[in-house]
Amino acid sequence: MNPGTSITEVLEILTFRSGFNTTVVIGGTALLGLAAGVVGVFALLRKRSLLADAVSHATLPGIAIAFLTAGLLGMEPRSLPVLLLGAAISGLAGTGAIHLIVHHSRLREDAAIGIVLSVFFGLGIVLLSYIQSEAATGSAGLNAFIYGQAATMRTADVLLMGAIAAVSIALPAVLHKELALVCFNADFARVDGWPVARLDLVIVALIVLVTVAGLQAVGLLMVVALLIIPPAAARFWTERLWVLLVLSGFVGAASGYAGAAISAAFPNRPAGAVIVLTAGFFFAVSMFAAPRRGIAAALIRRARLRLRIVCDHVVEAMHDAGVDELARTDFADLIGNLGWSPRLVAPVRLVLAQQRLARPRPGGGLSLTEAGRARGRRVSRNHALWTRYLITHADIAPSHVDWSVDQVEHALSAELIARLEADLAANPAARPEPRAAKKASA
Amino acid sequence: MNFSVALDLFPLLSGLLAATTCALLGNFLVLRKLSLMGDAISHSVLPGLVAAFVLAGSRNSGVMFLGAAAAGVFTAVLVEIIKKLGRVEPGAAMGVAFSVLFALGVLLIEQFARQVDLDADCVLHGQLEGLVWYGHPETWRDAFTPQSLAGVPREIWTQLGMLAGAALFVGVLFKELRIAAFDAGLATALGINASAMHFALMVVVAAATVASFEAVGSILVIAMLICPAATARLLTDRLATQVWLSLAAAVLSTVAGYTGASAIPALFNLPAVSAAGSMTVASGVLLVVAIVAAPRYGVIARVLHRRSLARRVLIDDLLGVLFRQREAGEPESSIQELAAAMPGRAVPEAVTLATQAGLVSRAGARVALTEPGIERGVDIIRRHRLWEHYLVERAGFRPDHVHDPAEVLEHLETSPPEGPVADPHGREIPSPPASS
Repeated sequence: MNPGTSITEVLEILTFRSGFNTTVVIGGTALLGLAAGVVGVFALLRKRSLLADAVSHATLPGIAIAFLTAGLLGMEPRSLPVLLLGAAISGLAGTGAIHLIVHHSRLREDAAIGIVLSVFFGLGIVLLSYIQSEAATGSAGLNAFIYGQAATMRTADVLLMGAIAAVSIALPAVLHKELALVCFNADFARVDGWPVARLDLVIVALIVLVTVAGLQAVGLLMVVALLIIPPAAARFWTERLWVLLVLSGFVGAASGYAGAAISAAFPNRPAGAVIVLTAGFFFAVSMFAAPRRGIAAALIRRARLRLRIVCDHVVEAMHDAGVDELARTDFADLIGNLGWSPRLVAPVRLVLAQQRLARPRPGGGLSLTEAGRARGRRVSRNHALWTRYLITHADIAPSHVDWSVDQVEHALSAELIARLEADLAANPAARPEPRAAKKASA
Repeated sequence: MNFSVALDLFPLLSGLLAATTCALLGNFLVLRKLSLMGDAISHSVLPGLVAAFVLAGSRNSGVMFLGAAAAGVFTAVLVEIIKKLGRVEPGAAMGVAFSVLFALGVLLIEQFARQVDLDADCVLHGQLEGLVWYGHPETWRDAFTPQSLAGVPREIWTQLGMLAGAALFVGVLFKELRIAAFDAGLATALGINASAMHFALMVVVAAATVASFEAVGSILVIAMLICPAATARLLTDRLATQVWLSLAAAVLSTVAGYTGASAIPALFNLPAVSAAGSMTVASGVLLVVAIVAAPRYGVIARVLHRRSLARRVLIDDLLGVLFRQREAGEPESSIQELAAAMPGRAVPEAVTLATQAGLVSRAGARVALTEPGIERGVDIIRRHRLWEHYLVERAGFRPDHVHDPAEVLEHLETSPPEGPVADPHGREIPSPPASS
């Protein structure tokens, strides 16, 4: 914490009450984040995320050339529109170079992106080192484009950035349907007569626009994060495009807002880095906690499935052995014989009781309910049907079948069951051995 | 330019060491579509560097190397986690991982700015020009005295060790790396742990990145991981050859870039520019030359190949037409008749080419097949009719739909399967010429 900044000051900045310029910068950066979030969605869906990395690095020589040209023509060399125009032109040239490399050599897109990224940036460094050695012109302003300097932006600069960002939100809004088509099924779009190449060019142009808009606030090394991270984070939460666009735009805007505000409040927190880390925080939370695609959800799903399988195996084994009641030690032995960890004993007993498949008995044992016996019958029957199916329809040797059955026993369609049942009735000899007996003997 | 042992030797040597180390490893990255892993790792070593710097409190420390290498390996692991557990598309996963880590590094640098004598710029550009040989020897004989060696910058020793390490890694595990690069599934089936190879490669790439960037900057590292290997890939299909060629490309672009950095601006009376940047550009220029002029995969080679193929097809089609008219009892045809039989084709050019090749003879406007021309014509027509037979009998085409596809197939180098003596239209399939 910077001791010079009080809590009230931070609150003033966060709530847009700390002077016109700061407010404009924060608002502009949030708008930039929104635009990047929206455009990034199309880049992500088109599997072009890293193209943005090449574009942003490729802007450097353009900035340097624009600076030199403006100086030669007697214009103010640090005029932002001129520099951004140069950046846009060389960013587009970079994507053109990638296109040429991919289509006219045997190198693949990942190599092409790396080549353009490093060679263009290297050229930029060469030009910058030249500019720096010409002390008369001075180049302090150009380094800001590499790391970004949101806090020192002037109102006019922010308005330019905001205008570019607004255009890059408006364009996908107009072309929403076409871009969605290209993103989800480019081949279909091509067959259907849509100009896929031109629509791809629109996506590339949008990437260039957002990159150029973000150069001054975020810097060219980190603007790529604004295009990649918000859509990747939003993707965890939804399968619908418009929800994805809204969420991604929100994550981008929130990151831009937080980054600009925090860097205005604390002088040694560069806006670009804070913006990226805020977006990264959203990504981490999404990856862990998203309801369907998140890691936590996947872990819970897997644990549930495992419990269900153990419960099914227990009632099946009891059904096959013809027992209704088990004492605590017998129950633990059964779980062990079935090949499961003894840690599962208590949870399985709990789940069986919860689903009213078994009644817990004092002392840790359990006895099957009517529902439990019925479930055991069904699982045992499914086991037999699967065994039959795998031997007759999937060409698996009878000696290898039981292992496979355990994997698939828990997903079976009604139609298949009917066919297999008829099959089994015709050939009862194909019944598998009862589960507990076989495991115990193994 | 005037080569100065004190000022030029180590910058050039350092560039050469970095370029060869990276090019060597880059071969496997380019093959495995991991080109951008070098980019990702070289961005994300930044937080490791700063953390190690703050913990160790000094710059001349192996701790810094370890910290950066650990961050590099962490990046590779993080990318895998995001890819596998989050099911995020590989490119995006890489982008998320390295940009967040890089941002963390930038923030840490600002945070510890007073303690850390390090800025992101030097990570990016390197300090090649700073590698001066203090107390350099006057003659080559003195070069290996303890006094001279003491003046050798630490970076050079680190880089020498790294090159040896990378060469050892590739030399010992060449077979395993090759199988894992071309067919990870086969590698696993053969008992080679492909994912262990992947992480081993990532560890070595991370170490190489760290060992190199301090001197040459991360941009040159990224370029040298990709450009020389990509250049070599355009020149050969054999991995061992590709590795040697990539080393040659790395050396060439380093020397050209270093020389050019001062020599080219000097032509215009300008001061020298960044050597690392100039080497990067040189590696790019070399790659462009390879893309355009590579003997087999270059743009020029492919244009020429396509042109000679087009000429062969044109001549063969002319011979086919002449042979069919000969079958119909017309041993000679006029140019006009031929033009009518081959609409839209360059008949005069075809006749000129075939005459030059001795396949047809011209008398005024009349064109006739020569002996070799008849032989080749038999071959074309035989292929055409055998393909027609194949299309009807095996591929289920209707007899009136097979002529056009057979017109294409007859030019393939693959021979059609043998067939009966008559084609689906009842025409005779001529026997192969006696000579073949």
